[in-house]
Amino acid sequence: MSVASVVTRNDPWTIDLAPGDLVRVRDDYPPGHIRTPVYVRGKVGRVTRCFGPFGNPELLAYRLTGPKEELYEVRFLQRDLWDDYAGPDKDTVDLDLYRHWLEKI
Amino acid sequence: MRGPHDVGGLPDGPVSTELHDLSFWEKQIDGLRAVIGAKGIVTTHENRRYVEGLGDDAYETLTYYERWTAALARQMIEKNILTQAEIDARVREIRERLAASGELAPEFGAQS
Amino acid sequence: MPHDHHDHDHDHEHDHAHEHAHAPPQPDDKVHSYYQMLGVALKELLVEKGVVTADEVRAAIEKRDQTTPAHGAKVVAKSWVDPLFRIKLLMNANQAVAELGFPMTTTQLVAVENDESVHHVVVCTLCSCYPRELLGLPPAWYKSRAYRARIVSEPRAVLAEFGTHLPDDVEVRVHDSTADMRYLVIPRQPAGTEGMSEVELAALITRDSMIGVSDVSAPGA
Repeated sequence: MSVASVVTRNDPWTIDLAPGDLVRVRDDYPPGHIRTPVYVRGKVGRVTRCFGPFGNPELLAYRLTGPKEELYEVRFLQRDLWDDYAGPDKDTVDLDLYRHWLEKI
Repeated sequence: MRGPHDVGGLPDGPVSTELHDLSFWEKQIDGLRAVIGAKGIVTTHENRRYVEGLGDDAYETLTYYERWTAALARQMIEKNILTQAEIDARVREIRERLAASGELAPEFGAQS
Repeated sequence: MPHDHHDHDHDHEHDHAHEHAHAPPQPDDKVHSYYQMLGVALKELLVEKGVVTADEVRAAIEKRDQTTPAHGAKVVAKSWVDPLFRIKLLMNANQAVAELGFPMTTTQLVAVENDESVHHVVVCTLCSCYPRELLGLPPAWYKSRAYRARIVSEPRAVLAEFGTHLPDDVEVRVHDSTADMRYLVIPRQPAGTEGMSEVELAALITRDSMIGVSDVSAPGA
């Protein structure tokens, strides 16, 4: 049995993103109850905090149980979200996103 | 596919900062939701799913607590706690009660 | 018996509407919405079936009524005068606010501090997530489509509508509460208030400043 098969996302040792890491949000549009707003899908941001494991709302909305997901605060530059952003380049938006929506780049 | 609730970044007009105190019926729905939530009958996540599932029309035409009320009714029916027939009968009864006490707005007047 | 109960509740509702003399949601005391009747119907039926009790609902309403932005203001004022509390609030907000008697119920609080280089503002673009334990129920504008739609893409224009004009060298950082975290903004303490007591300071701190759409003003400013 490989190590990977016995380790779940509930296990802190599987944390594979750290503050400073660049991530791309999945550009997917599944049906169901999704807490990743459309405006950040496909966008690149930087992890700023790790909050630890939380229940996955996509399961909880249907009273299903399953592995928890690591929750991260991810910071996006406004100019990376909106082509015509009117303010300074330094302005940002922080969102709390679950691990399964993030691709490390 | 963008749900009707997922509005971040969409164009919209000025933010109306007019304050309005909640009416008693709005507070009552809020309280009812809190009690039902505390008992584990409906979770926050389920409630969000039902509110989102009311459809685009609900977001265009209903107020915040009207959406909550509609979502709560649907959940009570789907969880077999109340039936549609019971709810309809009680709404009719309340309408008659309000009509009798003169508290029904004119747009419902034709019913009395 | 059920009928006595309805009548009683109905009277209660009526009295309550009159207590809020400045409540403008309806131009009159009449029922204008099917959903209003539906809400009353659900409450009556759920009480009759024993799913909830009238007392439980009443207690929940009273608890909400007693939870006001004064709670948050007390937390912020303490963070202004007590550096150790401020550190605790920033590091472990749930513990810090619980110590002041305002425990979070199901969510985790994150406190973010405004300073000369960053101004924070909070939204929930997907619904109405809000630190209710500290600020009570959110104002109508916080739940409005216009605020939720625009604050993430044109925050400076929205802040200007609230009378908040920020220079370009200050970063505007919007927090979209998409998950289990709830955000409380620690506004900057206004200049000239250094000698004021915690209680006096708390009286200056507005709900809007803890959402981040405005700053706190010194008295008379």
